[in-house]
Amino acid sequence: MTTTVRASEKIPLWRDERFLKLAAQIISAAIILGLLYWAIVNFLEITRQRGMPLTYNFLKEPAGFPISESHIPYEPTMSFGRAFLVGVINTLLVSVLGIIFSTILGLIVGLARLSTNWLVSRIALAFIEFNRNIPLLVLLFLLYFGVFSKMPAVKESIALPGPIFMNQRGLYLSWPRLTDTGGIFLGFLLAGVVLAGIAWNVLRRIRERAGRETYFGWVSLAIFIFMPVIGWFISGGSPLRLDVPVLQGFNFQGGLRLTPEFSTMLIGLTIYTAAFIAEVIRGGILAVRKGQVEAARALGLRSNQVLGLIVIPQALRVVIPPLISQYLNLAKNSSLALTIGFQELFAVGKITINQAGRAVPVFVMVMATYLAMSLLTSVILNIYNRRVQFIER
Amino acid sequence: MSVTVETIYPPAAPGPLEWVRKNLFSDWFNALLTILSVGLLYFTIVAVVRWGLFTADWRPITVSPMLFLVGQYPRDQLWRPGISLLASTFLIGMSWGVWERYVKAFAIFLGVSLGVLAVFPLDTPTITPAIRATFLVNPLLIYLGYRLGRSKAVSGKAVALLWLVVSLLITLVILPGFRNVPGLPRVPTTVWGGLLMTLLLAVGGIVLSFPIGILLALGRRSSLPVVKLFSIIFIETVRGVPLVTILFMFSIILALFLPAESRIDRVLRALMGMVFFSAAYTAENVRGGLQAIPEGQIEAAKAVGLNNFQITLFIVLPQALRLVIPATVGQFIALFKDTTLVVIVGINDLLGIGNAVLNLNPEFVRLQMEVYLFIAIIFWVFCYFMSYASLQLEKALGVGER
Repeated sequence: MTTTVRASEKIPLWRDERFLKLAAQIISAAIILGLLYWAIVNFLEITRQRGMPLTYNFLKEPAGFPISESHIPYEPTMSFGRAFLVGVINTLLVSVLGIIFSTILGLIVGLARLSTNWLVSRIALAFIEFNRNIPLLVLLFLLYFGVFSKMPAVKESIALPGPIFMNQRGLYLSWPRLTDTGGIFLGFLLAGVVLAGIAWNVLRRIRERAGRETYFGWVSLAIFIFMPVIGWFISGGSPLRLDVPVLQGFNFQGGLRLTPEFSTMLIGLTIYTAAFIAEVIRGGILAVRKGQVEAARALGLRSNQVLGLIVIPQALRVVIPPLISQYLNLAKNSSLALTIGFQELFAVGKITINQAGRAVPVFVMVMATYLAMSLLTSVILNIYNRRVQFIER
Repeated sequence: MSVTVETIYPPAAPGPLEWVRKNLFSDWFNALLTILSVGLLYFTIVAVVRWGLFTADWRPITVSPMLFLVGQYPRDQLWRPGISLLASTFLIGMSWGVWERYVKAFAIFLGVSLGVLAVFPLDTPTITPAIRATFLVNPLLIYLGYRLGRSKAVSGKAVALLWLVVSLLITLVILPGFRNVPGLPRVPTTVWGGLLMTLLLAVGGIVLSFPIGILLALGRRSSLPVVKLFSIIFIETVRGVPLVTILFMFSIILALFLPAESRIDRVLRALMGMVFFSAAYTAENVRGGLQAIPEGQIEAAKAVGLNNFQITLFIVLPQALRLVIPATVGQFIALFKDTTLVVIVGINDLLGIGNAVLNLNPEFVRLQMEVYLFIAIIFWVFCYFMSYASLQLEKALGVGER
């Protein structure tokens, strides 16, 4: 062990690993930075010729184009920045609603796929295979041009129970709205949920520590029911009223109107993603070994306890990572709204490029927004994922 | 296996009856579900069949089937896509002979459907006897290829190499042609379209993105911080934005970053976008494969005296790439579906041709349902066979069973 080999001095330069590594890094950095430099020089040359400076001042200028669907006040006289914000909100809205609905539908289809009923399982399989094997864009075109733009005129609206009306102008849903005193009821409802949650946790912990029955389930259920009932009486008996769409003249008044574009995006994204989520969920449940369920039964757990305490926690561990990527896909796929005229982030960005003529700054904004959304979602869900994984180990 | 409730009552053998009781009516809840599903199925199927046979107007498709296949490719040069098709089907037959069950279902389906297409009674002048004859030769070629592929002389490697050579010939020589060659005049990519374009973009995208993806995956696992950083930035940026933005970037923004006089073909720009996008996803797939190689393999290789380059090329990559075949097939399916997005940058792929056909004739304007449904069915068939092959591969490789 004491032999000192002065090898490092004898190794020639081209075989010295440290030197090679350094050289490789310098060369690769030089190539990439060189390409970037070349592109930027070209770009500056072109911008100089065409006279489009690389600034964001244009965001304050009036946009001058209408946006058919906006959830914050917007007029064409308002700025490009405002228009961009409208687009971001539309993207977020359709993505968040799509994620919620596709999760619910995906769960239903995934469980149906696992059903012992042969027919139900096959129908779920048909749903999954149909949606997974056609492009989302074709599905959206089918829904928008094949279904929603073929709807009858307002006078001949299709009436569904609800009442829901469908016509060229979109879907009109009956929608519960708060009355003047509805806020009180809502406050009590919220308090009820929170208190019930606290009661559940505290009483359950007492039972686990002291071993005496605290009836945590019944107590929290009672709180959960009792609080809204008080709220109901205090608010004067009618916290919510049903806003029913009514045909007045040439159009429907009241209710909640969903435009054909928004409905197409929401339905299309929901059923397309639900097919993938169903497969994820099926895989997750199948990944729980049969022995786990058998052991739980042998211990005398009831079937809902087996599901809630044994199967779901273990399935969740497998399901969450692919679920995250499905959610991210859905958010990114919302950019296809451009093709059917739902003005979300990318569509607004494209119009802005045409109107303001500043392709690169607008494009950087659009990309950065999508990137921020993706990274934020994956960070949040990864934190959740880590918590789920910890329980197991 | 399509047993419905109706089969309960006839005096069948106890087998099916038992099956029905067990799988459809095991308890009251299942019985209720079965009855509801049968009702739902009945009304759906009746409505779909009635619409498809009586209400729907399939003229947009039957009038110009060649448009959906090759787009506006000059009709006097149709022998070029024809030759390409014949070469491809022959190779598909050979692949069936060599790789057996992964290609079998698709090869048989392709042969049968091309044979049916050849004799399908379409009353349109666009389908000439020559075209019908070309279609009719395909099943024969598939069978010949199969016989040849079965023989011992042909190995999988040879077929793969043949695929590479033939596809290069098709995409670089036969289809585009040359400016000064009289027998093979130049056909600009602006008139290519239909299924031809969709397949070219998808195959080109996945094949060209593969080497880049491997380099990125190696870069991401590299011990050189600079290389690693660049790889991570590239992969995460591309994966974080929608494909539309990347296609858009290549179709509009790219021109601003190149010297003013340079011009790149529109289809090539879209293909570059697809490759760019696909490379990031390939990189992540390959990284998964690289991570699955046990450390012992690398240590053993080092002990034998291989250098880092040799270890990567001869030990790690061959094993890793075999592991990522199913993931790559999955990605190919996704990319194949994503090629529809090129309509947004104005390329006439299958979907773009569909849009064009709708505007072809004022009578067709309201027939979107028929046209898009037809396109959906084509995509469905291709994707279904690919996912079937991928499933077989996964079973054979035992992925997911470890």
